[in-house]
Amino acid sequence: MLRLTARGKEARGAPVVLGTSKPVKTGSWRILKPIFDQERCSGCLTCWKFCPDVAIEIKEERPRVNYDFCKGCGICANECPKKCIKMVRQELE
Amino acid sequence: MAKLTIPAEEGVCPGNLGCPGCGANLVMRYLLKALGNDVILSVPACCWAVIPGYYPNSSLKVATIFSAFEATGASISGLRAAFDVRGKKDVTIVGFAGDGGTADIGLQALSGAAERGTDAIYVMYDNEAYMNTGVQRSSSTPEGAWTTTTPGGKKQLWKRGEKKNMMEIMVAHHIPYAASVSVGFPEDFVRKLQAAKREKGLRFIHAFSPCPPGWRHDPSKTVEIAKLAVETHIFPLFEVRHGKYILTKKGAGLPVEEYLRRQGRFSHLTAEEVKAIQKKVEVNWELLNRTASVMTDELY
Amino acid sequence: MRKVMTGDHAAAYAARLSRVQVVPAYPITPQTAIVEKLSSFVANGELSARMIDVESEHTAMAACISAATAGARTFTATSSQGLALMHEMLFWASGSRLPIVMAEVSRALAPPWSIWADHLDVIAERDTGWIQLFCESNQEVLDSIIMLYRLCEMQRVLLPAMVIMDAFILSHTLEPVQIPGQHRVDEFLPPYAPGTLLEPGSPSLFGSVAKPDEYMEFRYGMDVAMREAARLLPEVEEEYRRKLGRSYGGLLENYRCDDADVVLIANGSVVSTARQVVDQMRAEGKKVGLGKLRTLRPFPSAEVNGLIGGKAAVGVLDRSYSFGSGGALFSEIRGAAYGRSGSPRIKDYVAGIGGRDVTPEVLRGIYEDLLSGRGGESDVAWVDLAGGPLIRNAEGGG
Repeated sequence: MLRLTARGKEARGAPVVLGTSKPVKTGSWRILKPIFDQERCSGCLTCWKFCPDVAIEIKEERPRVNYDFCKGCGICANECPKKCIKMVRQELE
Repeated sequence: MAKLTIPAEEGVCPGNLGCPGCGANLVMRYLLKALGNDVILSVPACCWAVIPGYYPNSSLKVATIFSAFEATGASISGLRAAFDVRGKKDVTIVGFAGDGGTADIGLQALSGAAERGTDAIYVMYDNEAYMNTGVQRSSSTPEGAWTTTTPGGKKQLWKRGEKKNMMEIMVAHHIPYAASVSVGFPEDFVRKLQAAKREKGLRFIHAFSPCPPGWRHDPSKTVEIAKLAVETHIFPLFEVRHGKYILTKKGAGLPVEEYLRRQGRFSHLTAEEVKAIQKKVEVNWELLNRTASVMTDELY
Repeated sequence: MRKVMTGDHAAAYAARLSRVQVVPAYPITPQTAIVEKLSSFVANGELSARMIDVESEHTAMAACISAATAGARTFTATSSQGLALMHEMLFWASGSRLPIVMAEVSRALAPPWSIWADHLDVIAERDTGWIQLFCESNQEVLDSIIMLYRLCEMQRVLLPAMVIMDAFILSHTLEPVQIPGQHRVDEFLPPYAPGTLLEPGSPSLFGSVAKPDEYMEFRYGMDVAMREAARLLPEVEEEYRRKLGRSYGGLLENYRCDDADVVLIANGSVVSTARQVVDQMRAEGKKVGLGKLRTLRPFPSAEVNGLIGGKAAVGVLDRSYSFGSGGALFSEIRGAAYGRSGSPRIKDYVAGIGGRDVTPEVLRGIYEDLLSGRGGESDVAWVDLAGGPLIRNAEGGG
């Protein structure tokens, strides 16, 4: 089949490989950053449940933020029943 | 560990282009948790055509076809016919479109698909305006709301007319299952999608989807606002199973002001206008309750 | 088996023989019999396809696109207003590189409201990336649909195609048609086997956003495919001739042009009338010839130049018109001929608009005009308008 390349990519009018958004590091968008008080965290995983970006992973039954992708929306902090997440100003990195 | 109340597996990856606090992101996330990743998704031009990212990336883990804006109902019809004829009748086909692509430009195709009894699940994620193109009004925009095409101004040209009632429109097509869901209540969301999956024919889901830039609210309040819509009876949660109305959440009956004051798109409303909205919401809630109460098991 | 049937029914038989699997279609005069016949085939178990009685032509094409992406051989049919309504989705079908075949009954566009033969509906879709093939007879309609599935499903092509027949003149006129046996068509046309398929759990997303860095290459690929189609159509025809006994002369048929002084190029049903006129005039000693343009897309530039090189005059019969510019065939033929050595005078004859009959007398009048060299300063003539000369030369050129 005819293969064309555009700067090294095959161009054929479709398919895209799924689940490949990892190169897009949306963590760079943050203005505010969630900081977890692990002592107060009860492991209810409400934060995980409500994160629109799948930026909170479950590691050993606890929530862990993947800061490569967290956009700092603050939903986790707003919904946390223990109020153990603080949104702090993101420093430029 | 706390027992998870919704399935653990994800159908989406991080690294998507949705705005911070995007309600539509939560809609897709709960949808795929409920149905699993073996579905075929058909998505028209809308926020969700952009959220997965540009070629060659995609944040979706699910086989997907993008279609023209008005064509979701058409696309799912073609998909169903193709899978049927290939002997794969068990494949779950999901049309996933915004309020514009459903209630406005997409209404004809959806009506046709529903009338033909197309075996598919259709999800309208309702962020109450044409958000992808910059917050222009849709027929789903609530009365009195600010949008870029109902900007108020000197002539007070806010959105006129009530929100189009898509649940009623779809129920009028004699479909087997319709349900309203909200990202404020993920367990209810998942349960209803799983109930939908067990039916055959066109199943319609109206998903309430707050939008921080479009509704002018703090991105951290997306879930809170989605909960308040239900608790104030502005967006009731109910199912219609083969014509029988079932209320699924009573809601606390909080004053609508609790919901409205958190969103900049309503900030111009006067006390009088808020009272008028309160009245309309109460009437609609009462009507819904009465409709549901008539639907005894005897009748059905 | 030989049967007398209309062009509409010939199209339906062709779709059945091609074992189409999904048919989303919306009725419009004069295509309705195609959809009705296919519905009755399915209802009687003679075709195991899914008909989708869609609610508009736009939906019909959108459903073809998703069904083809999901691996089904798809077919639809339309005409005029319906084709115009599909316009947006025609681009989508070709850009998605899907081998959808559609029967298009070429009919005038409203207003004024007309159901009769006219090519403007098809001309208006030249840029959509679809192969456009015009038929002269109901037999050709049947054969062309089957041939185009074969051509379009080739990996080097993967473009959609419309098989065009004139409203009522072919769609509703009975002609004898040879229906090939199913087993012979099966030998020619294998099942649709797309390379990449939309499947549950499969790693594919179709139709995503492409930035300026990527988009142009997709479009270039389509042009390459269209040129491959031009190259491959005669080969496909040759295979069809070997296996099923008929062929049609490739992209442009040369009928008695080699020693002709003047040549008329035409497409669609007028060609069959023109053949008779050519034969009559030849018997009178007039050296006239006829070029039958089968494909408007891909446009056969080289074949056109081969046909018209060295002729004293060339007429182009356009059954449509691009207002302010000229007939579509005329513009493309003149464009292809520009600068080629021996380019003859080329003149546009606009005839048959809105179903006005193109009779042998009209065609003879056109040939006489070409032979006489009258009206040579005018590029365009409107033919057989009421209340004037048969050949009414337009002022100011085309």
